[in-house]
Amino acid sequence: MTLAAPPTSVEKYAAAFESLSDSGTPDWLIATRLQAWANFSELGIPTARRGNELWKYTNLRPLADAGFEYGQIGPVSLDQIKSAGPWDDAWDTVVVVDGNFSAQLSSLNGTPGLTAGSLGEAIAAGTDNLESQFASLAGRENYAFTALNTAFAADGAYIGIAADTRLTTPVHVVFVTSDPTSSRATYPRLLISASSNSSLTIVESYINLSESSQLTVPVTEVFSDHDSQIRHYRIQIENEKSFHIGTARVNQKAGSSFTSTSFATGALIGRNDVHTQLDEPGAECTLHGLYMTSGQQQQDQEISTTHARPNCTSHQFYKGILSGKSHAVFSGKVVVERDAQKSVANQKDLNLMLSRGARIDAKPSLEIFADDVKCAHGATAGHVDRDTLFYLRSRGVDEETAKAILIRGFADEMLDEFEPAALREFVERTTDDRIATLLAESDTLGTV
Amino acid sequence: MLEIKNLRVSVLDIDDSEILKGIDLTVKTGEVHAIMGPNGSGKSTLANVLMGRTEYVITEGDILYDGESIIDLLPEKRAHLGMFLAFQYPAEIPGVRPWQFLKAALDAKADSRGEEKMSIRDFSKLFDEKVEAVGINPQLVKRSLNEGFSGGEKKRNEMLQLEVLQPELAILDETDSGLDVDALRIVAHGVNSMRSPERSFIIVTHYQRLLNYIKPDVVHILVEGKIVKTGGPELALDVEKDGYKQYTSVGASA
Repeated sequence: MTLAAPPTSVEKYAAAFESLSDSGTPDWLIATRLQAWANFSELGIPTARRGNELWKYTNLRPLADAGFEYGQIGPVSLDQIKSAGPWDDAWDTVVVVDGNFSAQLSSLNGTPGLTAGSLGEAIAAGTDNLESQFASLAGRENYAFTALNTAFAADGAYIGIAADTRLTTPVHVVFVTSDPTSSRATYPRLLISASSNSSLTIVESYINLSESSQLTVPVTEVFSDHDSQIRHYRIQIENEKSFHIGTARVNQKAGSSFTSTSFATGALIGRNDVHTQLDEPGAECTLHGLYMTSGQQQQDQEISTTHARPNCTSHQFYKGILSGKSHAVFSGKVVVERDAQKSVANQKDLNLMLSRGARIDAKPSLEIFADDVKCAHGATAGHVDRDTLFYLRSRGVDEETAKAILIRGFADEMLDEFEPAALREFVERTTDDRIATLLAESDTLGTV
Repeated sequence: MLEIKNLRVSVLDIDDSEILKGIDLTVKTGEVHAIMGPNGSGKSTLANVLMGRTEYVITEGDILYDGESIIDLLPEKRAHLGMFLAFQYPAEIPGVRPWQFLKAALDAKADSRGEEKMSIRDFSKLFDEKVEAVGINPQLVKRSLNEGFSGGEKKRNEMLQLEVLQPELAILDETDSGLDVDALRIVAHGVNSMRSPERSFIIVTHYQRLLNYIKPDVVHILVEGKIVKTGGPELALDVEKDGYKQYTSVGASA
């Protein structure tokens, strides 16, 4: 189905696209960009919600109506980055400012077996497999935002890990939006290539040094070769006027394991769209996430997994805490193809509602075409329990503190998933700050 | 210590829902009182109202604690005064560790009384001591509060909190329900070891059997929202022998 593209939403991006320089860009990439632009021109920003399953619950009208300039602004200091997001001096850190790799801000330790740095440079250097990998998972399908990102693809971060290399120290990729006075669009791009039998921990964070409304449209492609292990974390803490429409596409070969844990509390409209393709037997993926929304925020988790081959396992488990007049969406999908016997798939989305004005649309779904499978799904929306609150208060804890304890208790199960110590410390601190805001916007739901 | 005066209580927002129909009760410092009654007599309501549960509305009467009315105080304020309620069905609280929660409770109490907060080190020591004293599995208290605890473990955990918080008035709401004899002994041991001239207890129970282990000073029989008889420990034995029928309106007229 082709949706009629509202011409105005495309025109706003056309001048920037025309202004892109092709110099030094390989022909295959220029062709990919042109094709992506053609796709985006046809699709436009998806504002039609009726009959559009992917955007049924999230209204992109504010994004379509806004205008964004394009181009790098900077400058950004390391101190700003360190104080805005998670940080550990021991990590290999790749910093990407407004979509472009910054050698100056990055700190790379020359870890053997690890290639980490500029995606643009990796492309120019003709890195193995990159031409066939790039945009093969995201950018050629009929999806407006991967098309938009791919149309502007020039740089970003590339993380490659050699076969049999097993790293325990995390690699951190920080995507920073600098501090412009006007509204800018950036198109961060990350490509992760884990060779066979490798092991990698990667933290992907999005921070926003601006206080004005920004548009960030990131695309991450992950290639997990056979028997590789990737532990991936995604931190989205952009400012609450901004739009963050992120996409990750993961392809997993035999016996590989991909675990991703998302922490999404930022942006006015935030979207985390993840698809994992279990492409060969014995692959396993675990997708976790915690989202917290307040005010007028919308947080949208679009999570899907395809079991293409037998003996694969997938877990989707998300938790949400909602307050104010905010809105969250969990749309979880698992497809088990006919050939994918002995599949195991679980989906769960649990939400804690702190105000009457908050809204959750939770839609776990399973499409099963194989007959020998074990699948389960569930979703709940509850509020702070009166009995529990009375129990805590009867021991001397005041109502606000009791609520904060209960909310933190609800979040803890997800926070436990953030293993690297500096990351764990960051998400705990950020969660505690967020809980204070959420509580300030909570109402009589669940009072004694 | 505690004076309940002509207390009449209804369920909030429900007409003709009067549960307590004029209760008068005085508990002196150091005394252990048992309140016994059949199901639906209002004894659990009384325990909850004393602690400040606001699903109930007090339509008449007063509750005085050390001579001051507490009926307008929030539950946490009553806890700060030294009151404690051990629950019939303690809430399961995922993600909240007993250690962390009890420290928060003690800190809040110290804050409210203008006392110094206990250091983490001292608290840790106290906590470990009490865990041992109550006989609760130390692995259990590292997990979420009451989550997946058996009935007996939940009651032990209530005793742990009682021991750590050291209240001046402890109300036990049917703490013995669903307990086997071993668990009963633990609850009884908890109460007996804390019994002192400075501390009072109100033990709400349906059965006499807990009172085999805890000898009350005074026993009250609560039936249909009223205290119909008050006496010594021997009263509990009468109930054991003849049941509550002798005190109910139906039974009395029969």
